[in-house]
Amino acid sequence: MPATSSRISVPTSPAARPLAARPLRCRHCGVERAPAPLAICERCLGPLDPVYDAGRPLPDPETIARRPPSLWRYKEWLPFDGDPVWSLDSGFTPLIDAPALARRLGVARAWVKNDTVSHPSLSFKDRVVAAAINAAAAFGLDTIGCASTGNLANAVAAHAARAGLTAWVFIPEELERAKIIGTSVYGARLVRVRGTYDDVNRLCAQVADRFGWGIVNVNLRGYYGEGSKTVAFEIAEQLGWRLPSAVVAPMAGGSLLTKLRKGFGEFLAAGLVHGQPPRLFGAQAAGCAPIVRLLERGGNTLEPEVPQTICRSLAIGNPADGVSAAHAMRETGGWGAAVSDAELVEGISALAEDVGVFAETAGGVTVAGALALARAGHLHANDEVVLCVTGHGLKTLEAVLDVIPEAPVITPRLRDVLPLIESIEQRS
Amino acid sequence: MSVTLNLPSVLAGHTGGARTIQATGRTLGEVVADVAARYPGLAPRLRDEQGKPYPFVNFYLNDEDVRFRGGFAAPLQDGDEVTVIPAIAGG
Repeated sequence: MPATSSRISVPTSPAARPLAARPLRCRHCGVERAPAPLAICERCLGPLDPVYDAGRPLPDPETIARRPPSLWRYKEWLPFDGDPVWSLDSGFTPLIDAPALARRLGVARAWVKNDTVSHPSLSFKDRVVAAAINAAAAFGLDTIGCASTGNLANAVAAHAARAGLTAWVFIPEELERAKIIGTSVYGARLVRVRGTYDDVNRLCAQVADRFGWGIVNVNLRGYYGEGSKTVAFEIAEQLGWRLPSAVVAPMAGGSLLTKLRKGFGEFLAAGLVHGQPPRLFGAQAAGCAPIVRLLERGGNTLEPEVPQTICRSLAIGNPADGVSAAHAMRETGGWGAAVSDAELVEGISALAEDVGVFAETAGGVTVAGALALARAGHLHANDEVVLCVTGHGLKTLEAVLDVIPEAPVITPRLRDVLPLIESIEQRS
Repeated sequence: MSVTLNLPSVLAGHTGGARTIQATGRTLGEVVADVAARYPGLAPRLRDEQGKPYPFVNFYLNDEDVRFRGGFAAPLQDGDEVTVIPAIAGG
């Protein structure tokens, strides 16, 4: 057995190269600073991004293919030197061929990037937390936390439990039961805040500033966000080292869209794939669609909204990366779509029936958004489209309770079965 | 109007270490102007050269995003609390 299996989450062997976080650079003023649990430039308040060594050796496809099936197979594009110590088994989720969905969309091919089976917490947030918790390790932090609409809460709680860290998780008071229980079950210190996600996020910025914890999407955000790029890397590898022509993803804070763009761009720059970068499309619920409305309105000024949608995982009215996400869509030739709550529920059903994937509300938004974009002529007959489905449907059962038909109840007698079959066949 | 202004720790270096300062003004824009005049190091970090807010620096009036209250034109009352929080974007 190798000393470090891909399926373990314990620290690597002592022989591993020591973990260190990469330095940071301000996206606005360009000043560089030493690695730190800090997301804001001290000089101009701009966002800080990790800096990579441009001369670092990069692996070829064969080398990557021989590595364990996790997001760490792309470690040269993740913001660390040395070897990661925690969450070694996240990432490398299936890319599912979806011909029935392709027919529904009227495109040549469609695939679902299935992060509903992400490990360990059944959403793509495992990717960003895998990056953030290793940043916490590099900085010697013993407490991590987050502001969350639910999926990130589950991920922070699960990853912290495995690493033996304390987790402080702040969520809006009104969240789905599964997301609340799926956080507190790990022993996390869960705090429900009276207000929207945007209130929670503001509070966590103050908490991070005051207590010095590693709030993954606040002061560790520079490192955390890089984990999202691995969705793009995996899509490229799983398609046989090539790019789709279009990608549709849900938008909450807008970060995933910007990181998809960055990830595809980095693989193009490395010569691992060739051709045009995919057109990027974003989907939001109409009850909270500040990024889609910015796209439609034009310009660069985001107008915050007060969310009113059952899609709580996307209910961010003041998305920090909204302007960048709008740029990513405009500049790649993509677009955005906002769908009603009824449409998103239909999207959940369509995905389940066409692909056999049960997605949470954000997945319904992605599918319904793709259908709306196809109807509007943004997706074409020769398109090869990947839909990013980011969280499992068991997290948001409330969304589909009213549309799922009640199953018939019979006695355990064969004579009850035949009329039942006849009545069901007559209906279908 | 006299209000309390809460600053993030990354800006405290421009106020001699103080993270909470008192300021005056009838609107948020006037309060920012007052603070900018007294602490020149803060001026370019709270507003652009035209005196407009940056998209990546959020102001909260009694914990409410001021963009819902008219931005820098938001009227203030005695005892109000204004909090400056840089948008945590990117990453």
